[in-house]
Amino acid sequence: MAYGTVKDHYRQELKGIKEAGLYKQERFIHSPQKADIAVEYPPSSPLANVVNFCANNYLGLSSHPDVVAAAHAGLDERGYGMSSVRFICGTQDIHKILERKLSEFLGMEDTILFPSCLDANGGLFEAVLESEDAIIADKLVHASIVDGMRLCKAQQYIYKHLNMDHLESKLIEASQDCRHKMIITDGVFSMDGDVAPLDEICALADKYDAMVAVDDSHASGFMGRTGRGVHELKNCMDRVDVITTTLGKALGGASGGCVSGRKEIVELCRQKARPYLFSNTMPPVIVSAAIKVLDILSHSTKRRDKLEWNTRYFRDKIEQAGLIVRGETPIVPVMLFNAQLTQDFSKDLYYEGIYAVGFFFPVVPKGQARIRIQLSADHDREHLDKAIAAFTKIGEKYGILGLDKKEIIAKYGD
Amino acid sequence: MNETIRQQLEKEILEYVAMEFLEDDDDIDLVPDTPLISGGIVDSFSMVSLKRFLEKKYRISIPDAQATPEAFDSVNNIIHLLETFI
Repeated sequence: MAYGTVKDHYRQELKGIKEAGLYKQERFIHSPQKADIAVEYPPSSPLANVVNFCANNYLGLSSHPDVVAAAHAGLDERGYGMSSVRFICGTQDIHKILERKLSEFLGMEDTILFPSCLDANGGLFEAVLESEDAIIADKLVHASIVDGMRLCKAQQYIYKHLNMDHLESKLIEASQDCRHKMIITDGVFSMDGDVAPLDEICALADKYDAMVAVDDSHASGFMGRTGRGVHELKNCMDRVDVITTTLGKALGGASGGCVSGRKEIVELCRQKARPYLFSNTMPPVIVSAAIKVLDILSHSTKRRDKLEWNTRYFRDKIEQAGLIVRGETPIVPVMLFNAQLTQDFSKDLYYEGIYAVGFFFPVVPKGQARIRIQLSADHDREHLDKAIAAFTKIGEKYGILGLDKKEIIAKYGD
Repeated sequence: MNETIRQQLEKEILEYVAMEFLEDDDDIDLVPDTPLISGGIVDSFSMVSLKRFLEKKYRISIPDAQATPEAFDSVNNIIHLLETFI
């Protein structure tokens, strides 16, 4: 094949990505995933010991010794791979145990595992909605939900972020033409750390006869009094029809996802969802460890309680230091508004031993650049104080402490 | 398309974009040339809503091949696209 001409095209595209400042580079971690990590960055540099504030390791279970031991046991007792999709010969007893335990933990009727939550979101809508149906989504839902919506033939409606009046107008609009309606939202939004008003969404769903689906990937395990998720936090555990979530964040952090919900919906996914039908599911080693994670979380709320304390402490201190934060969860966006300032700030944090990443357009809207901090139950008070001191020092360097949004934009642009 | 119809379309589409895609605290002066897609006001996800609005309002069908980010990138571009249907 004449790859030469294609190669030039790809090189131009890569150049464009670099010139737009969107080129993604990996940083190599030479230690297990936890609060204190050893990082090689840039490549071939000496290892830097930094505190990790950008993992989704909310409960600090990624390298928990009991979870690691359970993974070893799974490997020893059930082997490495399944070499099959679920419905041919790829289902072990432990897959069914994990599905049952997830149903119990999330308070739903049934659960089906997927290789990831991206796959769960990619398979759900096409399995349960058709062209005469409607799917109504918050504007800021995760990219995998957008992909899942594109794969299904249902009519798509998008409402403004967290705006219940706008959602109601979309429900009215969809009610005119469509048969079944499904509202989909993230439970916790990953860029702003804000929470969907799920109780209000359920009330609107009742009023307009719609189903409610939630992607609780940034909530399962720690939001709500016993960590069941945003449906627990908002007192609507029995009113949500579908939850999609991941085992790649708080619930052990390896990989895997699920659709948990009404039994007919789960059954339809088992018959029709393409990522389930045409891909191997989670391997035994991860299934075994995930069962241990759910056992740990079902016996004690100690970890989510510590995370809650860390969240309150860090948010209070960083605001007292004169920085602007948004949201209310362990995802803490520290708003800097300007893209270049955000990149410089993130680099300076790294030299202070704090690993936190900056986000700017097009990942977030223009003029909304921020450093995203993700807190963990693995963080101790010393970790948090070190980060707060670093933010204060660098904030002082750039002269932004105590400034409001307009003043920061006036100083650095948006 | 005569000037009166053009102005009517411009007004209706500007109103729709402001109502559907701008937030209360957005400090944006929306005019026919304002970049919608490249300016981050309408993302590719929300383009579906914009397309459906145009199709319903003006009783047309816009083929997917013509519903490109470039064709939807400003109210002027959208009107230019609509001229081929109305």
